[in-house]
Amino acid sequence: MLPEAVAAMTEELPRTGNASSLHTSGRRARRIVEEARERVGDALGAGPSEVVFTAGGTEADNLAVKGLFWARRAQDARRRRIVASPVEHHAVLDAVEWLAAHEGAEIDWLPVDSLGRVDLVALGETLARDPGSVALVTVMWANNEVGTVQPVAEIVAAAHEHGIPVHSDAVQAVGQLAVDFGVSGLDCLTVSGHKIGGPVGAGAVLARRGLDLVPVLHGGGQERGVRSGTLDVPALHAFGVAAEIAVADREELAVRIGALRDDLLRAVVAAVPDAVLRGDPDPAGRLPFNAHATFPGCEGDSLLYLLDARGVECSTGSACQAGVPQPSHVLLAMGVPEPVARGALRFSLGRTSTAADVEAVAAAIGPAVERARRAGVGGFATEAVPS
Amino acid sequence: MRVLAAMSGGVDSAVAAARAVAAGHDVVGVHLALSRSPQTLRAGARGCCTIEDARDARRAADVLGIPFYVWDLAERFERDVVEDFVAEYAAGRTPNPCVRCNERIKFSALLDRALALGFDAVCTGHYARIVGGELHRAVDAGKDQSYVLAVLTPERLAHALFPVGDTAKDEVRHEAAERGLQVAAKPDSHDICFIADGDTRGWLAGRLGRQPGPIVDGDGEVVGEHEGSFAYTVGQRRGLRLGVPAPDGRPRYVLDVQPVTNTVVVGPADRLSVDRLRGAHLTWCGPAAAPGDRVGAQVRAHGEEVPATVVAVTGDGEVAVALDRPLRGVAPGQTLALYDGTRVVGSATLTATAASEPLETAGAG
Repeated sequence: MLPEAVAAMTEELPRTGNASSLHTSGRRARRIVEEARERVGDALGAGPSEVVFTAGGTEADNLAVKGLFWARRAQDARRRRIVASPVEHHAVLDAVEWLAAHEGAEIDWLPVDSLGRVDLVALGETLARDPGSVALVTVMWANNEVGTVQPVAEIVAAAHEHGIPVHSDAVQAVGQLAVDFGVSGLDCLTVSGHKIGGPVGAGAVLARRGLDLVPVLHGGGQERGVRSGTLDVPALHAFGVAAEIAVADREELAVRIGALRDDLLRAVVAAVPDAVLRGDPDPAGRLPFNAHATFPGCEGDSLLYLLDARGVECSTGSACQAGVPQPSHVLLAMGVPEPVARGALRFSLGRTSTAADVEAVAAAIGPAVERARRAGVGGFATEAVPS
Repeated sequence: MRVLAAMSGGVDSAVAAARAVAAGHDVVGVHLALSRSPQTLRAGARGCCTIEDARDARRAADVLGIPFYVWDLAERFERDVVEDFVAEYAAGRTPNPCVRCNERIKFSALLDRALALGFDAVCTGHYARIVGGELHRAVDAGKDQSYVLAVLTPERLAHALFPVGDTAKDEVRHEAAERGLQVAAKPDSHDICFIADGDTRGWLAGRLGRQPGPIVDGDGEVVGEHEGSFAYTVGQRRGLRLGVPAPDGRPRYVLDVQPVTNTVVVGPADRLSVDRLRGAHLTWCGPAAAPGDRVGAQVRAHGEEVPATVVAVTGDGEVAVALDRPLRGVAPGQTLALYDGTRVVGSATLTATAASEPLETAGAG
């Protein structure tokens, strides 16, 4: 969390005041919230009335996907199809699948290429096949695991040709890429506070003026009646401060951290020549803070332990409820075979990353991979691998 | 030492890990996911693969301040323990899956992976002791688990730690509470971890299908029908549902299971007594025994130990022992563990049993 955001939050924490109240402290609280709304809107190219605050990215994705689906279907009962990419974050993926299981939605999964990028030709064909039955299109701005940037402008153009609204989960993109809601033409966009140096538990849906969203949470009618619940003034204040800083620093950070990321990838390949870098090899087509690779013959979990023991923290992907590591749905959608997908590592860099961090990874990765290979995959020890 | 603590989510393995930490070792906790469908949530019980257990293990690791991972050994477990269990029952034998799991999962797949990753030892919550490299019974006789560890070779034992083997169970619970471990009052595990409801026969029927066949008495006369000989174990009395009463009106027990003809043989209790045991797949946990050696023989996890004499040891891993007094209801497939005082000498899988006394005499009373 950014120090400025911590300061903003701690400044507000002791103060009372419900932003929906009419008394003095309520008015003061409302002023803070509305300033945050303007800050977030300004940072992301949205008007203040287009910012709907939520308690984080997952809630925002659920509100956008479900709210849009219900609203569109209410307008026309034929609109039951959801066109989605299979590499979405689970907050979108599982919301879409829930709608299919419980609300009669039909899902059109868009094919992605080996970089994880949506196939625009397939999108065009999918939409053209009875466009009147499509409720919405949802494709993330950039993928959180492999970093691939999606062709959002082209997707919006294709969907709007048929009058179909588009939602994009931009949780990973904000602060790394230029995200301008107005310019993008999107109808709905998700952003989360904790990914940009703000607090966990603050997020927003940017919803185009006049866009109808059916609420997920019902109650006091806050946030245009779309998202009820007393507003978390300190968190939103910090979120606004963080959004402003993240966007102001973005260009400089993208260059500096992007260069570190490139160094990191070079070091990984130098230490492990058969490591396979995933996502778009062109820096222009991927998130600057993201590095991703698969290591043949390794269990990602073994690598995680070996690197953690050397002070390197990275992640493998997701785990089931019991904590069993699962091969990434993103890699599987990209056509990566399951045994290969099990040996994946994602390195997330950020504002505080340094050349020393990259050197630490460069020194640790070779021995870690060697060890992990000896330990095998799934409890089956692998044969000695050629060096 | 760098120690990998296998944490099931129960109190024993949590305290074992805590003691390894207290001993100054560099400890990492690992929970083994042994089931492909770990959704099971059983109230009040403990299995190997429930979400609740994984959470309890993680919680204990967090309290101890050690790294924690979940390792997916489900494929190995299915192949080496579950399929073996099914195949053994299908062949008319009565396997012990906990023995197999220790032999092939915990001190094989897990230990191999741990050693490859740079660990020196695997630590578990088993009640057993390692003294001077030898495996011994736990001090808490009621909780002793040396029987299910009797398949470990000296090479494997050299990399094993059983920190709670020198302590009574109630003291372990007390220590867990003192250390702030939430699992202090968690119930002990029972039954077979991959058969959640404890209905082994129903579970086997699900895997092997319904296979009706005859139940016969000692003279070959059909006295009932069964739905699969695999569901029967030598010594079993309950659930036979025999249509024809015994001539003498006394209860009858399963004497033999013959999978080739899908036949279950029943008879009176005295026919169950055996004092000659033969086993294969012999493993020595330390110095080997030789013919003529006096040993203690135990044939089930919490069964009694009977004084015995080693009769034969062959080069291809077979052993024969003569018991000083007979045991009842000993089934092929069970593990025969041999003891010398508290020391575990070794083990074998029973292949044949016999009575040295003429059965007519034994049954005449």
